[in-house]
Amino acid sequence: MNNIVYLDNSATTKPCVKAVEYINNALCENWGNPSSLHLMGMNAEIAVSEARGSVATFLHCREDEIFFTSCGTESNNTAIMSIKYKKHNGKRIITTAIEHPSVLEPIKALEKEGYEVIYLHPDKSGVISLEELKSNLNSDTCLVSIMLVNNEIGSIQPIIEAAELTKRIAPNALFHTDAVQAFGKLPINLQKTKIDLLSASGHKIHGPKGIGILYKRKGVNISPLLLGGGQEKNLRSGTECVPLICGLKGAIDEIGSAEKLYQKQKELFDYAHCKLCELDFIKFNSNSECIPYIINISVPGYRSEVLQHFLERKNIFVSSGSACAKGELSYVLREIEASAIEIDGALRLSFSRYNTNDDVDSFCSALCEAVSVLKKSI
Amino acid sequence: MKEIILIKNGELALKGMNRCNFEEILIKNIKQKISQLGNVSIRKAQSTIYIEPLDSDFDFEEALDRISCVFGIAAFSRAAVCEKDIDDISKKAVEYLKEQLSNVKTFKVESKRADKRFPLTSPEISKEIGGCLLATYPHLKVDVHNPDIVVNIEVRDYAAYIRAGQLHGAGGLPVGTAGKAAILISGGIDSPVAAYTMAKRGLLLDAIHFASPPYTSPRAEMKVRKLLSKVARYSGRIRLAIVPFTEIQDEIGKNCPEDYFTLIMRRMMMRISEKIANDTGNLALITGESLGQVASQTLPALVTTDYVVNMPVLRPLIGMDKEEIIKISRQIDAFETSILPYEDCCTVFTPKHPKTRPTLQSCVEAEANLDIDALIEKAIKETAFSFID
Repeated sequence: MNNIVYLDNSATTKPCVKAVEYINNALCENWGNPSSLHLMGMNAEIAVSEARGSVATFLHCREDEIFFTSCGTESNNTAIMSIKYKKHNGKRIITTAIEHPSVLEPIKALEKEGYEVIYLHPDKSGVISLEELKSNLNSDTCLVSIMLVNNEIGSIQPIIEAAELTKRIAPNALFHTDAVQAFGKLPINLQKTKIDLLSASGHKIHGPKGIGILYKRKGVNISPLLLGGGQEKNLRSGTECVPLICGLKGAIDEIGSAEKLYQKQKELFDYAHCKLCELDFIKFNSNSECIPYIINISVPGYRSEVLQHFLERKNIFVSSGSACAKGELSYVLREIEASAIEIDGALRLSFSRYNTNDDVDSFCSALCEAVSVLKKSI
Repeated sequence: MKEIILIKNGELALKGMNRCNFEEILIKNIKQKISQLGNVSIRKAQSTIYIEPLDSDFDFEEALDRISCVFGIAAFSRAAVCEKDIDDISKKAVEYLKEQLSNVKTFKVESKRADKRFPLTSPEISKEIGGCLLATYPHLKVDVHNPDIVVNIEVRDYAAYIRAGQLHGAGGLPVGTAGKAAILISGGIDSPVAAYTMAKRGLLLDAIHFASPPYTSPRAEMKVRKLLSKVARYSGRIRLAIVPFTEIQDEIGKNCPEDYFTLIMRRMMMRISEKIANDTGNLALITGESLGQVASQTLPALVTTDYVVNMPVLRPLIGMDKEEIIKISRQIDAFETSILPYEDCCTVFTPKHPKTRPTLQSCVEAEANLDIDALIEKAIKETAFSFID
């Protein structure tokens, strides 16, 4: 497809050149099993170990704190479900009402097994209150799981402070963050935080699908979901997916510095924000304080599904919110008190480094056209 | 606010006339460690080294982390720079220590007035700054015996400095002040610790590893490289010699009595190591031997292996227990790598009942059928060199 305007990068991204190149190399040349004793095995092991090094450098942590999984969902599940096998006492789990389903569902499963779950509710800007977290932390707390960046509205949670609060009030509790929408976008320095577990994924940063990362701080012990050959230091059995691990390295190598990229994206984001402000028929669901990769707007009176299909005929691709929640009303937008009519007409624009100001212009003019051509649904 | 890193020299302050030389090497080593982090100006005065970053985005945490691995440093810390004026010191102390003081309950102020022209005495400075901090942060109490945090004020020649406590340096002497020696490294727990321990006394390092493919795998060699890279964080660049050892082991197997296999192997290793070490300017060999740990490390066994070389053999772990060695191994982050399960050349051809009380004469007889010189010459000729950073 030529000349597409892809503004759905929080759903997934186009694999970058290096990612494809590294995957290709691992599939065609370096296809050994890292566990094999022979040279083919060793070469594959070296490739995995180099990728682990890149991730560790990128996140400012130790190499032996990085574990490869199959996706963000698996990382989240491993982190959360491990609580079940912990001998220690606590029964309280604290999370937010706007987590991704891959966090909410395992937590619901634990709730059914007798854990007490506290859901923190965000304010209108989509950010939780540290005071509320503080008042809910107690010695019975075994897990706090708060996402770093929300996938629908891009709000950034104060997880550095939240992790510190957690460790101060409930030192035995594990602090987990789902950083899938933040990894590779917000500079993260794990050395300077008290985070125990962090989940990330490859395909949101121009890497391949099917590769996830779990960061586990040294000294934290958790149990695996999968039992088997003991790969990834027993935390994730199953032959390492060398091609996708290499692809992830390619994606990270192409980012280079997260700080520099952030500055560049901020310029595009500010431009988009400015242009969208000129459209008087939309309402912003996200605010300008959020991550400069996501803008969530509503076109009240128009169904987002219809708008999406109108836009796609012009080769413009956006989403109605989370790609995981096809058709359902967004619980995230409900949490930030958007009205039904606003939720119905919500569109999420999510950017990547490949987007340009022209993409924003194309979207804006197409949206204006949509509003003038389409009938109001209500 | 301008910040710097203050470094207190270790033992080298005692070195009399050589002190200047020692300090220069220390500064060179520090520079090498942190040069990639940006431009800095380095200055020394009164057994203190001042590192002043010239770029605004200087990564202090990373710099401190790297400095913690430099030998020859007793203590180091981040510090705020202020004018030699009590009002400026008070104002900056309040601001600079805000975060650290908010997390503690008790503190005390210790002051040092190196510049005697400063109008207040040390106790007066402490009293003034202490009072100021108490007034600003009412949750604090002074505890002179057991404070949560010690605030240091130092009035020196060019400026006054504020810091909250300091970190322990790596100790020892600057690498390069004691010459160079070669470590025999196998891939186990002991040899990296021995290497680290001798680098700590100021030695530059070369390393010699014996590889016996196919009895040992490429992974064993990779493991050695990884272990050396852990040591190199402290010692700086290491030149690694990999000596092919298969033929010698085969010959020993064919021509020598089984209970002498390990001893003769050790004697061959020492001979080869001495030659390689000599060629690359080393003054001594280093091994990770600990008395009585295994059959080849009994005193009679050490006598027979020592006898084949003229160079001194340094054995820093000779009087240590395994537990003590493991503690250091963990401390330098080598342990996890050391226990990876790959065969090394010492575990190949292990005799069932090794000699624990060999005599020199019996060793000479046991290796009588070996063409020692030819084997050594060939092994050295095929030795491959590389560098580990």
